[in-house]
Amino acid sequence: MDVDPIIELRDIRKSFGAQRVLDGLNLAVRPGSVSVVIGRSGGGKSVLMKHVIGLMKPDSGQVLVEGQDTVPLTERQMTPVRRKFGMLFQEGALFDSMTVAGNVAFPLAEHTRLSRREIAGVVEDKLAAVGLGGMGYKMPSELSGGMRKRVGLARAIALDPKIVLFDEPTSGLDPVMAANINELILQTRDEFGATCLVISHDIRATFSIADEVFMLYDGRIIASGPPEAVRESADPVVRQFIRGEARGPITIA
Amino acid sequence: MTRFFAWLGGGFLEAVAESGRMALLLWEAAVSLVRPPWRVGLFFRQMEFVGVNSLFVVLLTSLFTGMVLALQTYHAFRLFSAEGLVGATVALSMTRELGPVITALMVTGRAGSAIAAEIGTMRVTEQVDALAVMAISPVQYLVTPRVVAGLVMLPLLTVVSDFVGILGGYLVGVKMLGINGGIFMNRIYELVELSDIYNGLAKAAVFGVILALVGCYKGFYTSGGAEGVGRATTQAVVLASVLILASDYVLTSLMM
Ligand SMILES: Nc1ncnc2c1ncn2[C@@H]1O[C@H](COP(=O)(O)OP(=O)(O)O)[C@@H](O)[C@H]1O
Ligand SMILES: [Mg+2]
Repeated sequence: MDVDPIIELRDIRKSFGAQRVLDGLNLAVRPGSVSVVIGRSGGGKSVLMKHVIGLMKPDSGQVLVEGQDTVPLTERQMTPVRRKFGMLFQEGALFDSMTVAGNVAFPLAEHTRLSRREIAGVVEDKLAAVGLGGMGYKMPSELSGGMRKRVGLARAIALDPKIVLFDEPTSGLDPVMAANINELILQTRDEFGATCLVISHDIRATFSIADEVFMLYDGRIIASGPPEAVRESADPVVRQFIRGEARGPITIA
Repeated sequence: MTRFFAWLGGGFLEAVAESGRMALLLWEAAVSLVRPPWRVGLFFRQMEFVGVNSLFVVLLTSLFTGMVLALQTYHAFRLFSAEGLVGATVALSMTRELGPVITALMVTGRAGSAIAAEIGTMRVTEQVDALAVMAISPVQYLVTPRVVAGLVMLPLLTVVSDFVGILGGYLVGVKMLGINGGIFMNRIYELVELSDIYNGLAKAAVFGVILALVGCYKGFYTSGGAEGVGRATTQAVVLASVLILASDYVLTSLMM
């Protein structure tokens, strides 16, 4: 890699009891890229992402964010690191006690000294950016799954973070809505200049937006590179996963 | 046999671990209280939820408790021609014991369960993680205001409970059973000391912390979707009720 990675995971190991989820995982994300981690359901993709943002600590290994190891940091020391991130959760994770506008305004009200008027302006801009202009008055419970994710994205980018994490942004959405979310991921990078780390088991969607693909299997990254390179990989596990075949080295445990 | 001891030991270890995690959560909540930012609105909202919204149910249960106490003691005391002491008995029972305990148990059922359900839902839908990701301490944002609300509001509700309980006793004793109202009240003034009331309020404050903390704790450690939220809610009510009654005994014996 010719530029320093913005996120780097080094030899991460993580077990829950006897279950080993991450087992010597290495990963480096180039700044300004859309990097996609693919892997089967339950394979540890969300666990990986929680390590990146510090919601989980590894049993061993290093998590470097812009060169700084975040593993030894306390929750309070993590604050400046977290400010670099925005995260779109799998189901949106909207605060259901607040309106859509309240959700997007929340990080602004907590972390900036903007006036109410200014915040309302930013909120409207961000909602418009995800195609939900004028919907600020709705409650999260009134929204469809795709809309919730878009509100989640508006909230994630409210503070113009350097890095945006997407956990299964297109799962459970119809193909049109999924394509729409993919557009928004590219837009997040192009308009806001953010590095995007995306987790997905949706191969088709993934390959169309990725600059870099990482395949997670058995707790490790077994293949990485530009989508074309990974698509042509000779590794039987990668081939089976990408082609979606029932037969092969991947078995249902 | 070995398995029995393994089960017993396992349960004991789990109880110790759980107490430890709960104590840690309380400590974190307390530390968060002295650190900025102070979100005053959150505190008031929780005080309203825990306190004001529990007022009606506390009024009702305390009224009936005072009434039944008067009824029971009247029939017992009449055997010794000591009907005049009914008022003082009701007042002492309410201020020392029943006011705080009934209030705490009612608020546990109403607000403690709701706290567990609310935070548990936030946990399983990743809203708690979302707070952390936005660099907002979930303990400071969610736990501290609720524990403070329990600490402040339970004594206030208990004052109301004491008063209404005695009122209920008065209605039954004086208005229904015909005890002399002057004697009823005079005995109360003679026998109930301020320390009885203060001790009761101190207990109530402890109970308030317990029920809020247990609700937050069970919610915070919820896992397993909607079913898990239901489980957390039930467990919060049971555990808080047990802890309230157990700590009631300990506190009472310390105050004697
Ligand atoms: N907090 C946790 N405690 C115990 N096990 C967990 C926890 N989080 C995830 N796991 C386990 O780790 C494995 C990977 O989970 P996850 O990362 O959510 O998979 P996915 O790749 O579908 O996102 C699963 O088997 C899950 O049960
Ligand atoms: Mg996942």
